[in-house]
Amino acid sequence: MKPEFRTIKQIKNDKEKSCVLIKKMSEIIKQNDINIGAYVHLSLESALLCARVAPKDKTLSGIPVAIKDNICEQGIPTCCASKILEGFKPPYNATVIKKLKEAGAIPFGKTNMDEFAFGSSTETSFYKITKNPWDKTRVPGGSSGGSAAAVASGEAVCALGSDTGGSIRQPASFCGVVGLKPTYGRVSRYGLIAFASGLDQIGPITRTVEDSAMLLQTIAGYDPKDSTSVDIPVPDYSKSLIQSVKGLKIGVPEECFAQGLDKEIEDSVKEAINLLQKLGGKIIKIQLPHMEYSVATYCIIATAEASSNLARFDAVRYGYRAEEPEGLGAIEMVSKSRSIGFGSETKRRILLGTYVLSSGYYEAYYIKAQKVRTLIKEDFEDAFKVCDCIIMPTSPTPAFKIGEKIKDPLSMYLSDIFTISINLAGLPAISVPCGFTSSGLPIGMQIIGRAFDEEMLFKIGFAYQSNTRWHTMKPE
Amino acid sequence: MIDKKTVLSVAGLARLSLKEEEINLYQRQLADVLSYIDKLNQLDVRDVEPTFHAISVENVLREDKLQESLSVENVLSNAPSKERGCFKVPKIIS
Repeated sequence: MKPEFRTIKQIKNDKEKSCVLIKKMSEIIKQNDINIGAYVHLSLESALLCARVAPKDKTLSGIPVAIKDNICEQGIPTCCASKILEGFKPPYNATVIKKLKEAGAIPFGKTNMDEFAFGSSTETSFYKITKNPWDKTRVPGGSSGGSAAAVASGEAVCALGSDTGGSIRQPASFCGVVGLKPTYGRVSRYGLIAFASGLDQIGPITRTVEDSAMLLQTIAGYDPKDSTSVDIPVPDYSKSLIQSVKGLKIGVPEECFAQGLDKEIEDSVKEAINLLQKLGGKIIKIQLPHMEYSVATYCIIATAEASSNLARFDAVRYGYRAEEPEGLGAIEMVSKSRSIGFGSETKRRILLGTYVLSSGYYEAYYIKAQKVRTLIKEDFEDAFKVCDCIIMPTSPTPAFKIGEKIKDPLSMYLSDIFTISINLAGLPAISVPCGFTSSGLPIGMQIIGRAFDEEMLFKIGFAYQSNTRWHTMKPE
Repeated sequence: MIDKKTVLSVAGLARLSLKEEEINLYQRQLADVLSYIDKLNQLDVRDVEPTFHAISVENVLREDKLQESLSVENVLSNAPSKERGCFKVPKIIS
């Protein structure tokens, strides 16, 4: 069976019955996913049941949505691609799942990811390595690599991912699809298994900007169950899907086009900026002088929060528990279970996080990082005084080879250099396909907006996609 | 510089028991990352206020009234070991 490359809008126009569509998608996945490994769990039965009871005539009626394995769905295995959560079936739905269901959408499978979302390559999953649909010797990016690969390979119409330092945008860029990280607080994190609570945000991965707007419309909004969710109205995003960028001031940070950037990426992103200029946008050179400190800042804040969040895995209430030889005390039981249950990258982050939070180092590392975060945030505030949005590459390189960076954590962390600062500042950003390398690997450009101005991202992204065809390309 | 003793002490705090080869690996990798992080010392941040939340937040309170919660059965459904409506753990006090 051939993969499906239709958008949400096309499926709605085709009026295909959701049960038929879901059965077809599951056949496609069964036949093709052996090569890609995008899914860790398919919930066909529950999806069919959901399709029968789902409300009709809603915005996403009958649309199957693939879900990253760290978003809780009641009764469906949700494992964060970790051994420690193997077999865990959440007793409740994440708010985004509840909202999707209310809009008629059908969650129908869990996608692979880096364990606990720690990584940029989907190689640290306990279950398997997901492959890039454009070149199966390469990574799909991470940590939402399964979600991006599923959409790129036609094994999903759209998907949800989560983004802590670039985990939606970087895989979207590597796989040639659209990935949106909303403003921190725009989408409820209730039911998202936390990595770094102050940076995490759930967002859509789709083929088009239009689909991205439809999915965000569904999942955005205040949620009393998430104390960091922000109580401001959600605009009608369909109104921002106009083809004009006339008069918009587009900021281009000089630092992003300096040394270390792949030449083909530089050329493609510059060409995209030129196109936006032809369409009426005004290009303004800006500076983000503290961006070079973003990875170091992130390493401290993200691991500190991760070590704290992962302390809940104590083998008591849920999760893997090591075999208990006679006489094993409670502390040994916890240590042994965590040591066997967590993978290498997870342990590394827990150790680093515990170290930077430990007494004597807290001020030197954690507080200092939060201060540098202020400087990074102020850079963006200054930039937005003179421009309406910022455009830069999503990633400094195209998809790298499987195994290339896995043994060198620092080089892996550095692959998120362009995405991380946006999480630290809490801003919204979207990655849109903007070309291919000579060897056929997708390239993504990132559009960044002011806090809660996702409309700007949709406006520019939609205008760009209306004038280019990169998003219509399919892997062989 | 991070030594073996520090790795072991941090692992203890994090409730992780590490094998010998893990201790060596993490000692090396943590040293690499920490030396990279030292980059932040290039910046003078004495007069900078830390940003703990990207978006300004207020404490969220709700009315103190009874509402439905998960059933005991649901809460225990993922427990690795349980008995008579409780989570079961190894003996804590000898």
